[in-house]
Amino acid sequence: MAYEVLVVEDSAAMRSFIASTVEEIEGVMVTEAESGFQALKELPRGNFDLIITDINMPDINGLELIRFIRENESYKETPLIIVSTESSQRDRERGLALGANAYLVKPFTPAVLKEAVNRYLKD
Amino acid sequence: MAEIVDSVGEKAMSEFLSEAQEIVESLNRDILQQDDNIKRNKKDPDLINNIFRSAHSLKGISGMFGVKKMADIAHDLENLLDGLRMGKVIISPEVIDVLFDAVEVFNQLIAESGGGPKVGKRVLSTLLKQIEEVSKVAAEVEDGNPLDAIEIDSSILSVLTEYEEYRLIDNIRSGVNLFKVHASFELMNFDESLAQLSAQLKTIGEVITTLPSSESFTELGIDFDLMIGTKLSLGDVKKRVESDETNVIAIERKTDSPIPTAARKAAPAKKKKEVKAPKPVLAEEDEKDEDEVEGNEEEGGDDEGPPPEGGASGSLRSISQTVRVNIQKLDRLMNVVGELVLVRTAIQAISEQLKADQGFTGLAVDLFKESRNFERKLDELQGGIMEVRMVPLGQNFEKLSRMVRKLSRSSGKEIELQISGADTELDKLIVEDLADPLMHILRNAIDHGIENPSDRVSQGKPSVGRISITAFQKGNHVVIEIADDGRGLVMERIKETALHKGVVEKEYLTDMTQRDLMNLLFLPGFSTSKEVSEISGRGVGLDVVKTNIANLSGMIDVYSKEGQGSKFTITLPITLAIIRALIIRVNDQVYAVPLNSVLEILNVNMNRLRTIERREVIELRGATLPLLRLSDLFDLGEPMGGEGGVLYVVMVGLAQNRLGVVVDGVIGQQDIVVKSLGKSLSKVPGVAGATNLASQKTILVLDVGALIEEALSRE
Repeated sequence: MAYEVLVVEDSAAMRSFIASTVEEIEGVMVTEAESGFQALKELPRGNFDLIITDINMPDINGLELIRFIRENESYKETPLIIVSTESSQRDRERGLALGANAYLVKPFTPAVLKEAVNRYLKD
Repeated sequence: MAEIVDSVGEKAMSEFLSEAQEIVESLNRDILQQDDNIKRNKKDPDLINNIFRSAHSLKGISGMFGVKKMADIAHDLENLLDGLRMGKVIISPEVIDVLFDAVEVFNQLIAESGGGPKVGKRVLSTLLKQIEEVSKVAAEVEDGNPLDAIEIDSSILSVLTEYEEYRLIDNIRSGVNLFKVHASFELMNFDESLAQLSAQLKTIGEVITTLPSSESFTELGIDFDLMIGTKLSLGDVKKRVESDETNVIAIERKTDSPIPTAARKAAPAKKKKEVKAPKPVLAEEDEKDEDEVEGNEEEGGDDEGPPPEGGASGSLRSISQTVRVNIQKLDRLMNVVGELVLVRTAIQAISEQLKADQGFTGLAVDLFKESRNFERKLDELQGGIMEVRMVPLGQNFEKLSRMVRKLSRSSGKEIELQISGADTELDKLIVEDLADPLMHILRNAIDHGIENPSDRVSQGKPSVGRISITAFQKGNHVVIEIADDGRGLVMERIKETALHKGVVEKEYLTDMTQRDLMNLLFLPGFSTSKEVSEISGRGVGLDVVKTNIANLSGMIDVYSKEGQGSKFTITLPITLAIIRALIIRVNDQVYAVPLNSVLEILNVNMNRLRTIERREVIELRGATLPLLRLSDLFDLGEPMGGEGGVLYVVMVGLAQNRLGVVVDGVIGQQDIVVKSLGKSLSKVPGVAGATNLASQKTILVLDVGALIEEALSRE
């Protein structure tokens, strides 16, 4: 049984760092989205077990994406992790209030990321 | 943080450097634009937000990749810019100066990370101090929560980022009208349609937020709510954007609004003037800066690196040493080279003429030498431009190996993918168009080729299926082989399907060679797989692969052995920009045939001709080769005929098809640039375009794909 993880992050270097780290976990497959728009397109295509999203992105922001996911029958139970910088504390709190399960503050190590992903995947 | 860099490796580091450089470049552009805006007294919150986002992204990635100095500066800069976009700090020419300084230091730091000279601590601390100073010039913050003044759904407010909330407040304060624009789009291309709508809305005001709505989200469509602030009235906004998919609703102000209508006149510009008072502080700051620089010079022994001046000049150099160029620009250059090739050939002809007329003396010798020099340099130029267009195939392979991992999991088959030749280079355009066909062939291999692990074991095969992708260069071509060790093609199944689908008459089937049979796979709608699978069975077959490869002037072949696997071989020209052509003659007409489609030239004895279904064919190494006479196709009258009962046949191939083109003679080979024909001639079958020969004579370039179609349809 493979787990599918959606990574939404506008920075290519950051996205590829997150994706490659998460893919090192046995049995995990990552779909990358470079924007909130891209994420909206990917959502119905996959069957995601976990969503990792940045907040500060162009087009639609991460909070809008979180609300969208939580209001949607198909994804409302999907675990969701916010990755953001320490400066966006207020936005992070809003994200948690909107139903995100956890947040990671950039920069984080691969180990921290893997641990978080494992926690939500194995639940 | 070194741990992160170590674990992500060099590739990630170079990704980081190139992204950091991109961000700093766009930062620089935006600051220039903002500088201009200040001079024109123009407000553009979007632009300031972009500048903020650049610093924010830079901080994010530099922190992640352990480039601490950059992270520190980006951090402070982000705070300053956050203040600016949130209206807490006033944007002034002094701020712009500091921003430009920051760009310069970022460039130096990128250079340092790429192995360049170290950036001195002084430079950093000076910049940090400057950022701190300008951050102090605070704007006056207004009291009260103007959000209470409007009738707005709290669920919308809850998803606004801090910045969006501030933009909403700023819009309320400035007294513009607020509207909610609700729009429905198709999921497939909503981003383009939405971008269009946003651009349209930006011409009349500010788009404060864009919210996807989950209510009507389906696999087909998605709705958005955009909140805008504009001076226009509801009627005017409706007139501009309302349609079947889009409607506009006003966001009303509460009647007991704490923001009096007079606020509309309390121009924010006026407030700005009031706070410009701290200007003298800035002047002092400038002097201080100079002191700092002097101090640094005195400390000549600072072994941290070059003094800021040296570093500053170094910062102008770009570290990643790459430029991004639109491929069309390269196409234009290539076109010019193509024309130069013609000039070269013309000069050579003149030189030859001169030699013939005057003997090999004086001017004739000089001209001959110079024309040789010209030729060499031109070859270099052509090679150079060609090289620029080349990208390694590996970028496709990365995607493919991901896909294989994904499919092997979902199909429950264990697959090992072996890749070799990832560094083989091809024209960028070809590499891009190759992604889909390769993906399709791989999907087929996983889906139909590789057996389930238990089946494999019972056949004495290892349980793990093996797929290999091998790429290598062969002359002016690149060959890509995709082989699997699965069940292979079952000839009987192909025959069955062919009969069932009515592709071939039963009587011909017995005459068909293995190769002919395998090639049936490339016919539209032909699939031997019994069940339509999740993975590849969506009605798209190998015929699409064939078409894609043929569009790239490539060839595809399949070889398979039942029980042992299949191998697809794709042969592609290295580039399509400038091609080598075979110049042929039929009656008195001269044509060019792209050499990458020419397999061989045969002398065929007339008595080897057969006629099958009123088509002329010859037997060649176990396969049937249909012939096409150009004199028939282009109505050139009676062919000159084979001299001494021998025909010249140029065997051409495209995708898996082969065709023998009967010609009167072969003139030679030449580099040509294919130009498209005018509209009136573009429909002529069998002609791809025209090209100029040295004699400035224009000849037609044959379209091998169309010729093959033509020949095969003449039944």
